[in-house]
Amino acid sequence: MSFPLLTVTAALPAVGAVATAAVPAAKRTAAKWLALVFSLATLVLAAVVLARFDPDGARYQLTESHAWISDFGVRYELGVDGIGAALMALTALLIPFVIGAGWHDADQVEGEPTHRRWRPTQGFFALILAVEAMVLVSFAATDVFLFYIFFEAMLIPMYFLIGGFGDRAHAAGEEEGAKQRSYAAVKFLLYNLAGGLIMLAAVIGLFVVSSDSLGEGTFSLPELLRARANGDLTMSTSTERLLFLGFFVAFAIKAPLWPLHTWLPNAMGEATAPVAVLITAVVDKVGTFAMLRFCLGLFPNASSWATPVVIGLALVSVLYGALLAVGQRDIKRLVAYASISHFGFIILGVFAMTSQGQSGATLYMVFHGISTAALMLVAGFLISRRGSRLIADYGGVQKVAPVLAGTFLVGGLATLSLPGLAPFVSEFLVLVGTYSRYPVAGIIATAGIILAALYVLVLYQRTMTGPVRKPEIEGMPDLKVRELAVVAPLVALLLFLGVFPKPLSEIVNPAVEHTLSDVQKKDPKPQHPVADHNKWFDYKPAGHGGGDHE
Amino acid sequence: MTGVTGMTQVASAGGTSDAVPSLWTIAAAGDKLQAPSIEYGKLSPVLIVLGAAAVGVLIDAFAPRKARYSAQLFVALAGLAAAFAAVIGLAASGAGTTKAQIAGMGALAVDGPTLFLQGTLLLVGIVGVFTFAERRLEPAGRGGRVDSFAAQPAAVPGGEGEQQAVKAGWTTTEVFPLLLFAVGGMLLFPAANDLLTLFIALEVFSLPLYLLCALARRRRLLSQEAAVKYFLLGAFSSAFLLFGTALLYGYAGTVNYSAIARVISGADAVSDPVLADTTGNDALLLIGGALVVMGLLFKVGAVPFHMWTPDVYQGAPTPVTGFMAAATKVAAFGALLRLLYVVLPGLRWDWRPVMWGVAILTMLGGAIVAITQTDIKRLLAYSSIAHAGFLLAGVIATSEDGISSVLFYLAAYSFVTLGAFAVVTLVRDAGGEATHLSKWAGLGRRSPLLAAVFAVFLLAFAGIPLTSGFAGKFAVFKAAAEGGAGALVVVGVIASAIAAFFYLRVIVLMFFSEPQADGPSVAVPSVMTTSAIALGVVVTVVLGVAPQYFLDLAGQAGVFVR
Repeated sequence: MSFPLLTVTAALPAVGAVATAAVPAAKRTAAKWLALVFSLATLVLAAVVLARFDPDGARYQLTESHAWISDFGVRYELGVDGIGAALMALTALLIPFVIGAGWHDADQVEGEPTHRRWRPTQGFFALILAVEAMVLVSFAATDVFLFYIFFEAMLIPMYFLIGGFGDRAHAAGEEEGAKQRSYAAVKFLLYNLAGGLIMLAAVIGLFVVSSDSLGEGTFSLPELLRARANGDLTMSTSTERLLFLGFFVAFAIKAPLWPLHTWLPNAMGEATAPVAVLITAVVDKVGTFAMLRFCLGLFPNASSWATPVVIGLALVSVLYGALLAVGQRDIKRLVAYASISHFGFIILGVFAMTSQGQSGATLYMVFHGISTAALMLVAGFLISRRGSRLIADYGGVQKVAPVLAGTFLVGGLATLSLPGLAPFVSEFLVLVGTYSRYPVAGIIATAGIILAALYVLVLYQRTMTGPVRKPEIEGMPDLKVRELAVVAPLVALLLFLGVFPKPLSEIVNPAVEHTLSDVQKKDPKPQHPVADHNKWFDYKPAGHGGGDHE
Repeated sequence: MTGVTGMTQVASAGGTSDAVPSLWTIAAAGDKLQAPSIEYGKLSPVLIVLGAAAVGVLIDAFAPRKARYSAQLFVALAGLAAAFAAVIGLAASGAGTTKAQIAGMGALAVDGPTLFLQGTLLLVGIVGVFTFAERRLEPAGRGGRVDSFAAQPAAVPGGEGEQQAVKAGWTTTEVFPLLLFAVGGMLLFPAANDLLTLFIALEVFSLPLYLLCALARRRRLLSQEAAVKYFLLGAFSSAFLLFGTALLYGYAGTVNYSAIARVISGADAVSDPVLADTTGNDALLLIGGALVVMGLLFKVGAVPFHMWTPDVYQGAPTPVTGFMAAATKVAAFGALLRLLYVVLPGLRWDWRPVMWGVAILTMLGGAIVAITQTDIKRLLAYSSIAHAGFLLAGVIATSEDGISSVLFYLAAYSFVTLGAFAVVTLVRDAGGEATHLSKWAGLGRRSPLLAAVFAVFLLAFAGIPLTSGFAGKFAVFKAAAEGGAGALVVVGVIASAIAAFFYLRVIVLMFFSEPQADGPSVAVPSVMTTSAIALGVVVTVVLGVAPQYFLDLAGQAGVFVR
């Protein structure tokens, strides 16, 4: 038996979570370092996964398969395709930054009751690592049931992270802050739990369908895909549509897609900035990832059937998220609505059913993770200095803290997809991919870019430029070494991947081809000037090309 | 109960002569009289428990007051452990699978489901004894440490007699034999293979429970009120069951399960001239069957027969509530399964729609009403109603998977319940247990470990993956979906979502709310309650992460002997 690399990668943060939680109450700093070491070790392993992954090899690689609950037809099956490997790498990459940025988020506050069993610092970092472990399993699981279990279970540590640890200074006061936080946590959990339970019904339905037509129920994705391709696995049109909806609604809540998005601004607004990054950059990606992996693969006909509606909702998400972001007064909620807009782009790319669109969507997931992390973490540093989330409380920061303002600008420009920064590549691919099949949708989505420029630049202008009007701003310190260590690598990555995304797109493209063949879709013949753009991008769908631009 | 069938057989043996059957005619018929053959080995779990209960009664009658507690504890634990060993022995010898048989002259079925449920019940009983015997929670009186049962139950609450009894530090050690009698009846209940045995087993386990409910040390009036309600409603349901039995006897001319089933399916004709007018009358069958099922649904706590649940759960001493909530459900669902699968499979098309309705009402009713509860014990009571609904979804599957999934769910659920109520006994203030939810605010700050444990139980109730609750729920829903009850699964999923809300509310309260100034403290229990809680956590996690072995066990136990 080969070395179970994926299991070890996912188990390492889980071990780290237990170890961190077990650190005695007084040794808060030791717990932080322990968590950081574990997250870095996980990053190394994830890098190994990425390095060992062969883009031209089998569809699912590094596979592991063990019997687990045979009564339910459940196996412990792991395996990554290019999409999964890239997202595992993104997750492992972001967690050390999340931990670094949240270094002081769970420190002891004055007057806090001390108890030898009450260890908030240990708990905070242990929960982050627990989320990482569960997300990694979700990206690696090729068993639908295994995926489902971790898709659901990750809600619990997330819930405690949102509800238990908020910003220290809350605009509405201590008590009101705690109330809003717990409201946000409950809203997050109820939305996602409801989605998960709907999916549970669909999971059971899938089992019944597979046991009816295969003789024995199975949840193994490769097996189901094979049976689907050679016609062994059949289901009636209405069954397929219902099952598709069961899965899709759960993923659309997680992603989140309009109109199921309302939990995200609350959760991201009330959570600390690192936890907000964890939500939007890591956990939510499981939703869009699962659309690609499960919805399209298992229910191709229903996916095609639902495409017009999904495209429509994605467009609404793009525009609605961007419009509301323009109107926000709260920095974190602004980023949340911007994320909703971006998730609209991702879902648009997934359901455009073109290779550019889906490659773009996958790259978008990775790049959005990095760019949002950069923007949100810097915003978190800013908020922790002033103790306010309101845009109106700032102004002229670039005069007193130029590095902070500079990195904030880079994060913001990445968010608005400025050419030269990584998100531009993915957004462009998504738009091209969408335009080649749905020209009108492509054109409408472009409006999202304009709005993005508006909300990012206005945000920057109001907070960073202008005269220093508030006395609290005058003494504002610039980024400290720890904060710089968190932000600098992210900015460097945004620049590097912006000009050289090829290694990543090479890994992703074959997986996208497989997914497209699952839904039996071919790219439409280019009849538009788009073809020129393809040349400009040197884009060859079958895994040879890259997305790098000259 | 074996005697009852014995007597009817004797009566029919003597019926050949014209004389009224009596000792004389029986003696005269000498050669025809056969001593009933009893398979003592197969019945040993029941016999051991009932024997231990009898010994317990003797101890309370004759042993000096000082020695009673330890003696009772020893007898109870030894009896239950020995009975559990007997169940394991029987299962190992194949009595649950290949050698499953009807024992005790047709009165009892010893088969897979029986042994599985008896094993579960005995473990529940052992954990129940642990919580009953806890004596570190109440402040010690002059006479030594006391438990959560009334000093002298016969004394008027608040009266002089009570004060004297409390002063003297008396304790009610009768609870142990009462628990043993209840367990003995529960062991019989799912094994009962004729309707009269079913009724007697019901009474054997219900009467001790009525008594136990009235024995709370604190809030005695509430406790007595609960007991009276439970007794009155329980008596009604017993009457329903008995009346249904009579009607079914009128229809089939027998009370034996498989014989009734044969008459329903038309394989056997009834040739008793006395019953010529009634046999084969479908009205009798339908009304009788419905009445018997109603009696069982009452014990299960299904809507609309659930009214007693919240009051009784709240008023009864919490250790009793935990034991009752877990064990009654196990026993009653076992009996319901056997009744529906062995006696009434021929009526499936008649009872399934009704049970569909009951299951939907139970799931939704329990979950929705639970939202408004402010008392933790009432909350858990409504949650138990919702869980009864989930279990009914498995019952409706009418397949082997349905049986085994219900068995698994029962095992998983009972340990979570025991653990959760054991936690409730620990959160106390000056007035005893602090069961009002507002008092639980901020418990996570004061006692993070206890709150975390309770959160695990709540997550298991909510059916979050990696807990036993999820494995059980999945098994039940899967069986239901395969049995063609997909709509029921959807309703179940919706009810789960609603239920998740109020479980989470408690978690929010414990972890995210500020502690009250005059909040309760957490008592430090003895090793007994600690082990009850620890066992609950271990079972919850093991059944959640690696359920296969236990699913196999339940799967092997998925066939009723007929």
